[in-house]
Amino acid sequence: MSDYLFYPGCSMESSAKAYYDSLMEIAEPLGIHLKEIEDWNCCGATEYVGINLIPAYSLIARNLALAAKMKNGTQTLVAPCSACYLNLAKADYYMAERPALGEKVNQALEAGGLRYTPGSLDIRHILDVIINDIGLEALRAKVVKPLKGLRVAPYLGCMVPRPDYYHRWSDAEHPIELVEVLKTIGAEVIDFPRATTCCGGHMTQIGPETAYELIRRLISSAEKYKADIMVTVCPMCQMNIDAYQSETNRHFGTNYHMPIVFFTQLIGLALGFPPEKLGFGTEITSTKAALARIGVEIPEPVEEGAPRRKKEEGLPMPPRLLKNIKGKPRNAEEAEQ
Amino acid sequence: MPQTTAQTFRTALIQEEDLSLLEEVSMKTAGVSHLEMCIQCGSCGGSCPPAEEMDHTPRMLFAMLRAGMRDAVLQSNTPWICVSCYHCVVRCPQNVHITDVMYTLKSMAIREKKYRDATAPEFSETFVDMVEKYGRSFEFGLATRHYLKHAPLRLVGMSTMGLGMLTKGRMSITPRKIKGMPQLKAILDKAKELELTS
Repeated sequence: MSDYLFYPGCSMESSAKAYYDSLMEIAEPLGIHLKEIEDWNCCGATEYVGINLIPAYSLIARNLALAAKMKNGTQTLVAPCSACYLNLAKADYYMAERPALGEKVNQALEAGGLRYTPGSLDIRHILDVIINDIGLEALRAKVVKPLKGLRVAPYLGCMVPRPDYYHRWSDAEHPIELVEVLKTIGAEVIDFPRATTCCGGHMTQIGPETAYELIRRLISSAEKYKADIMVTVCPMCQMNIDAYQSETNRHFGTNYHMPIVFFTQLIGLALGFPPEKLGFGTEITSTKAALARIGVEIPEPVEEGAPRRKKEEGLPMPPRLLKNIKGKPRNAEEAEQ
Repeated sequence: MPQTTAQTFRTALIQEEDLSLLEEVSMKTAGVSHLEMCIQCGSCGGSCPPAEEMDHTPRMLFAMLRAGMRDAVLQSNTPWICVSCYHCVVRCPQNVHITDVMYTLKSMAIREKKYRDATAPEFSETFVDMVEKYGRSFEFGLATRHYLKHAPLRLVGMSTMGLGMLTKGRMSITPRKIKGMPQLKAILDKAKELELTS
């Protein structure tokens, strides 16, 4: 088992739960031991840096400082979300490249009793760890159910291979890492020309028509190459292509049906885990038809899924509304009503 | 191309070169921006997926920075259309950190209230509000507040998807708050103070 410091990021506990669940399942058999950073905070995504500089980098650097305090035998910090990975790497890199920025960020961190020396962590993406630390041979040895007959479009997205401050990836535009992993688990991988083009990012929220066009380019290309399914490493890409596909269809009058899942979910299937343990069934664009091709049956939507634990600090909501949304009462008080 | 007719462009260019705006943007950008190294080759605009929606391509925007056209630059929608895909960054022969320059221009436009469409700036500000309040992002709160204000009609079309996200456990209606909020607040307060004096 190799130890890694782990920064999950906010999406992993909400929209990208399938990524989190599947990663947790496959980590152990692959010999990856993930130690979550205690009390980590949001990385600011692509929003905080567009408002200010020093607060944005201080927000990111609090995580780096907390991680550096936990490093015990390992200094590798792993992030599965592309935006988190890039932000963490970027803060580390720029704090060193511009010592004046690093100094100011540290002055801010000191107000919270923290400090971070740039360069004291190796910031890496989980795909990089799987291919370079675990290795394709070790992965192949664990495969019990090769995904023979499933045509996949390897969709790496933008922020993992670019800008690549530490030169970890084989290419900025056509890297082979995801392709190799998917071939290793037995999938038929198409030569996807849009492997690293943009999904629209936050434009689904602020400029949907811009985003619809970028989403359309991706799914139409995947379909032209007769992919059954797209595979991603990024919560934002998954969300845009999965959840906004019907809006995109409505906008263009098209009828695409291109499911998209996380690469860890497919590794999980190849390693023999049941689909319900890997977050399958939580997609908005169903994966049922695609996975039927390899004899995998996807559970029906999890209407009865366990509701999230209510947090004391949560916003007050009318119990009636909560009950309607979740389908069943979440506690004794609600059950009475 | 609104704002930048060939005529205004020429007028700006024949004035004595004033690089103060270019330098200001470069200094405010994280890392070493290399902005002053731009050779106007246009690889950025040619690589940009949503370039057709932009008032100015990045190349033209950088020429305008060099020409000191402050208002026109800060009113341009270009930084707000940028999707942070970094295609231009890896293709730029001069290694200009274009995406980070776009972030700088957004923050300057917000500070000087020069942007022409409030949708994107207010989305960023709502996101930041949530993070400063809870330490984590809060998609449900962000989406509802944002759509109610900027796209109430879109909510109707999206209700099925939103409900799907909720029932599939992919969106929580309660935020998660980190334990170290006082520490995070102290850090961000100090950082904002430093931002003002830098």
